Amino acid sequence: MGEFKVHRVRFFEYVPSGIRALAFNQHNERMAAAKMNGSVEIFHCSDRFFQEKIIPGREQAGIEGLTWVGERLFSAGLNGVITEYDLTNQRVKYTIDAYGGPIWAITGNQQGTHLAVGCEDGTVKLFEVTEDKIQFERNLDRQKGRIISLSWHPSGSKIAAGMMDMIQVFNVETGHSKHRILVDRGYGTSRGKECVVWSVVYLSDGTIISGDSVGMVKMWRDDTGTLIKSHNITKSDVLSLSVSQNEDSIVAGTSEGFVVQFQFLSMVLENNEKDWVRTRTFRNHTHDVRAVAEITTAVVSGGMDTQLVVRPLLDKHEVKSSASKLRKIQFPHRSLVSCARKAGTLLFQYPGHLELWRLGESEGEGIPGSSLLLKRKPEKLLHLKVKGEDHIRCSAVSPCGEWIAYSTTSSLRLYKLHCDSNNVSITKISKLPKVLGSASQLCFSSDSTHLFSASTQSSVHMVSLSQPECKFVATFKTKSGSHQAIHLLAASEDGKWLASANIDNEVHIYNLQTRKAHCTVPIYSSAVSAMAIHPTTNCLFMVHADQQIFEFSIEQKEYTDWSRLVQRQGLHRIWLERDTPCLNVTFNQKNPSHVILHDMYMFCIIDQSQPLPDSKSQFLNQLTLRSLPEEQRKSYSHAFKVCKTFKELLCVDVMGDQSLVVVERPLEDITAQLPAPIKQKKFAT
Amino acid sequence: MATLYEEYTLCGVGPDKNSSSSGILGIELGKDVDHIIVTNSSRAVTVYKVSDQKPTGSWTVKQGQLITCPAVYNTKSQEYVVVTDNKVIRVWKEDDVNMEKAFKATVSSDVLRVIAASDSEPVVLFSCGAVMFLDSLLASPQQTIEGVLTEEEFIRWSTVVGAEHQLVLLFCTEKRGEHYLYAQRFNPNTVVKHRFETEPGPFAPISFSATCRGSNIHLQYLYMSGRIYESVLPLRSSVSEAEGVQALPRSLCLSLPLGEQELTSGAAIVLDEAHVAIVGFPHPSAGAGKDYLCIWNKHFQTLQACKELAGTIYSQIWCYSGKLYIPHGKILSVISFECQKSSLAAAMGKLKQTNQSESKSHTPLSSWTALPHNDSINAAKVKSRMSTRNASNVKSPLTVDQLIDHIKTAVVEDVQSAVGEFIHQTPQTDLQLAAGKVTMVLVSRSQTDDSFYPQRAFLQLLDTRYLCYSVCPELLSLAMAKRDFQLCQIAFQLFPDIPEAVTCAYLKTILSTPDSEMETLTLDTESLIIMKEMSPAQSQMEEGEQQNENGVSSSKQQRDFLSMDMKCPVGLHKGVLLNDVLQTAYSDKPLLQHLKDLTVLQVMVFLQYLHFLYLKYSQDVHKQIRALRIPSISQVIDWASLILDAHFTVLAVAPEAKSLVSDLHKFTRSQVKLYAELGKIEGSLQSLKKPKSTEHTGVYSIEVIELF
Repeated sequence: MGEFKVHRVRFFEYVPSGIRALAFNQHNERMAAAKMNGSVEIFHCSDRFFQEKIIPGREQAGIEGLTWVGERLFSAGLNGVITEYDLTNQRVKYTIDAYGGPIWAITGNQQGTHLAVGCEDGTVKLFEVTEDKIQFERNLDRQKGRIISLSWHPSGSKIAAGMMDMIQVFNVETGHSKHRILVDRGYGTSRGKECVVWSVVYLSDGTIISGDSVGMVKMWRDDTGTLIKSHNITKSDVLSLSVSQNEDSIVAGTSEGFVVQFQFLSMVLENNEKDWVRTRTFRNHTHDVRAVAEITTAVVSGGMDTQLVVRPLLDKHEVKSSASKLRKIQFPHRSLVSCARKAGTLLFQYPGHLELWRLGESEGEGIPGSSLLLKRKPEKLLHLKVKGEDHIRCSAVSPCGEWIAYSTTSSLRLYKLHCDSNNVSITKISKLPKVLGSASQLCFSSDSTHLFSASTQSSVHMVSLSQPECKFVATFKTKSGSHQAIHLLAASEDGKWLASANIDNEVHIYNLQTRKAHCTVPIYSSAVSAMAIHPTTNCLFMVHADQQIFEFSIEQKEYTDWSRLVQRQGLHRIWLERDTPCLNVTFNQKNPSHVILHDMYMFCIIDQSQPLPDSKSQFLNQLTLRSLPEEQRKSYSHAFKVCKTFKELLCVDVMGDQSLVVVERPLEDITAQLPAPIKQKKFAT
Repeated sequence: MATLYEEYTLCGVGPDKNSSSSGILGIELGKDVDHIIVTNSSRAVTVYKVSDQKPTGSWTVKQGQLITCPAVYNTKSQEYVVVTDNKVIRVWKEDDVNMEKAFKATVSSDVLRVIAASDSEPVVLFSCGAVMFLDSLLASPQQTIEGVLTEEEFIRWSTVVGAEHQLVLLFCTEKRGEHYLYAQRFNPNTVVKHRFETEPGPFAPISFSATCRGSNIHLQYLYMSGRIYESVLPLRSSVSEAEGVQALPRSLCLSLPLGEQELTSGAAIVLDEAHVAIVGFPHPSAGAGKDYLCIWNKHFQTLQACKELAGTIYSQIWCYSGKLYIPHGKILSVISFECQKSSLAAAMGKLKQTNQSESKSHTPLSSWTALPHNDSINAAKVKSRMSTRNASNVKSPLTVDQLIDHIKTAVVEDVQSAVGEFIHQTPQTDLQLAAGKVTMVLVSRSQTDDSFYPQRAFLQLLDTRYLCYSVCPELLSLAMAKRDFQLCQIAFQLFPDIPEAVTCAYLKTILSTPDSEMETLTLDTESLIIMKEMSPAQSQMEEGEQQNENGVSSSKQQRDFLSMDMKCPVGLHKGVLLNDVLQTAYSDKPLLQHLKDLTVLQVMVFLQYLHFLYLKYSQDVHKQIRALRIPSISQVIDWASLILDAHFTVLAVAPEAKSLVSDLHKFTRSQVKLYAELGKIEGSLQSLKKPKSTEHTGVYSIEVIELF
């Protein structure tokens, strides 16, 4: 196989944002997660939690609540506005000021007719959900003190509202408060502190469940206002609650980082008298669990430690599969790094700025496993701050390293970079074709003469690059009806082909010379997580979220023989069981049969000339092969060369000099940047 | 486990002149689970509120009329239904004062019974075997009824079971000694006839009980032979139901021990999947002729609870919602019961904790393995003695029956030698069955005859290891009454199934016996050695401490703080016996109940002893590992917690307990502290074991890797 020189990069100081709210949509199995930085991400729960959509946030847009109404997604936050999202184009559709001060909670009723928001001024405001907007309807009786949490009764006729020291139950019809349930404060020193009801859940049988800052999960009867049961689960706060679809299980997230499950069980076998019993404790977080959601087969939780944890409920799984495994989503399922192959520079995308780095150079040769002496250190060439409050949605650097483009949800910007020996200067290209607007994905042609910008309605605009003006060349449109935003673009090395993939799992190929749609790859059930066009054979190599691999010959408009062989033989179990999607595909120029892929925990070189591993062969065989003498290696080796030396990978790419670049972001470094957790178990201190 | 609670009287019953019948025609459930309808065979129907033990309504028929079937409550229409003079159906409401004025209808054929079914119309069963719903019958009362049964076939028993909107009426008939079961299903109406397999001998099924579980009906029936069989019928009739009479497949669930006398009556009722309540059968260990209510677990074939009932038992038993209704003597008693889910663990109690496995190999023979040795000598002696007296006896060994006859009359010495002889000569397989029987006979004679107590025979029988508590429940109480601690000790070591009540009674006996009386006992030697080892160790230590006192003063302080020195609060022999109690298998909940019976003084002594053991173990942990017959530290702590639980309030107020409790508290607190520190060390050491994080590489490096 051979030796590789690897640039091991750890200076991309990317810090994911904490999770503030989760909302699960039962019907389309999508999980929406709101981040601390105001971005909203949509995960496909039945497609291995692939992160389908990312709606970038803005500065100062603290989201407090997230709710689905049918297929529509709403959020509200401390800036006092309610936001509806345009999920097709992955942007904010509109915002409406609720005029009640900061909003602490938002929730839609099950009927899909109304939204209720809880405001700082003590009102619960009802909004009617109309066809394309929402309309303020009325206020419920105003209370003294802010409304922290809300929950509709499934019938839609009552609302429970968590406040300071109490829970109010409203009759929606009259708007009057039916009951006022007082929640006990803590004992001792916390006696003087108000008890915040962080979360309420209203069940159809009239039980109200509350989680509060005293650390209690309490069950109340709504008709009498009496406490049925109370569980003290933590010394600090219970921040979030979520009930399962059939109301037999509740999960509570605490600020000590664990999630507690309660189940509605009969205490005695074959007895119908049921009770809420604390059953399981999941300790997967180090920090506050700000949001939990129980989906059909798993508990999803997220919080300050930025990871989304999918903890499967094993009693709901009959077979051991990828869905029955613990899944932690730490990094976005998009590449945040782009490489200028010929110039040897890397572009890092942060929410509010871009950084351009030049890689270092080494001296001399080294034996495998060693580090080389550095002749030149890596150098930060550029720190580009975003104009305006919007966060960056996508960015790209041209292969020659002279062009940088990025897009927010509102605008696209293009810069020309001038590099002298010591000086770096950039000029903004001010005259961009009007049509460009905003892009969901950007890509440069391999000769750096053209920019491809994925636009609304799954179309791609092509512009030629020149100074001081860029010219619009063409727009490629799909024939299919899908309007979903494109999340992946791939241009061929010879400048002839362009491939685009959208969230409807459609992959379209356009002929750049005739400027027409060429063909469409058969639709596969799982989303494309990475793709690239082979430089010599012009085959499109695709990796899907379910880890399947396809190779499609663009010229023949059919799957290649190798791809058919893979499908016939099946991929190895270990390959299919990996739980992070592949994020990048590149090729080795020296050896056209080598495909380089990576996910978060490994990178892999697939040698298409070698036999595929069968189910009996050892899949991770690098160590074995190393220990074998040269002549025996052949009989043991197979097509998948997996390297696990590097971990927590954000990017693996090949540079012009055939050296590899791996961008690592160790999780410890991220943890070190987070605020200290409330409680940490420590020994011997 | 099953528990029978205290009985209470619901009402008196007026037995007929011939007292074989209780005078109660039937007991049916009223409008809710707290109301029952008692139908007198004379002329009255009375509704009782069970929890108040009071009648809430009573109706009688006119002189000359006779109630011929138990009154039932129709939950659908909320009316009572009864049949008088076989043909007149009467229906009345709760508010109707006079039954005569209520609705009545005369039907064309004799009605045997009206049977209430939950969530459905009552079903009318005619004497000829025809079945109709009540409402359809009352729509045209005079309609002709077609008979199902043949000549000379009589219905003995009937019931309705139902689930999932499917009702099945079962009734059993008898025709010239042959017994049949009819299963009548509705929608569509089908009748299936089954034949009961005949028992060898003149035995007939005498009591039936049917329950519905899942999609099957479980019919259990008791034969006069004491065997309970179970047959499973499908709830829904299969389409391809064969014509004619089908054999009824059955399986034996329980075989009740019969006394000497022939039985003619008795009743069994299924309580749940595992438990069955039986009246009219003798208690396995009580003598014949006594009347008992017993709950048996058919899964484990064990007697779970029993209660002696005063007066004649009429072989009638009903069970509604956790209460048994049994007429006996001149009263109708209500007895609440509770059956816990049976599992092996619940049935057997906590498993005996064995110590280290290596210690087993150390002492392959258990404590009183000295006995077989003695036995052989005894047996030899017996042989010689018997041979001198009656040579012919030696050659042909006694049969069980012969031995039992012998036991009933002979003097103690003869019995003991005969038993010894019997054990030696009977093959192992037969002995297993015989040992229990012989023991029972021995026990029952000892109970009646005060001068008769064949201790050696009991020891020999125990030595066979075929005895357990369930086989001879009375043996232990007998031994306790006779203060035969040696026997008790061996039994406690061997029996896996001693009920918590007996364990507590034994504990009480030990604690209330003065030490002076104990010291003369001959007890298992190994246990004695262990106890002795413990006590001298203590005195030695004290000496050591005294020596230390001259030189080092710190140890003394330490000792005072933890108050580690403690003299054994009980005598050597008492300690040995207590050790065996501590190692008995038990379940927490029932034991706790019985532990409350101990007096404060007994609790104090016991707790002191537990405290002593705990201190000993904490001092020299290594020593206890060697011994096999010694309670483990977790057993000691478990018992201490239990006794504290049971007598917490008493210990809190009793002045004499104050120092003991505070000592115990002090010591436990110090232990908790110690273990907390140990936990920290463990945590630190564990984190050492974690793989060291990879060496820090800095933010950038260029490395060379090789792939193969």
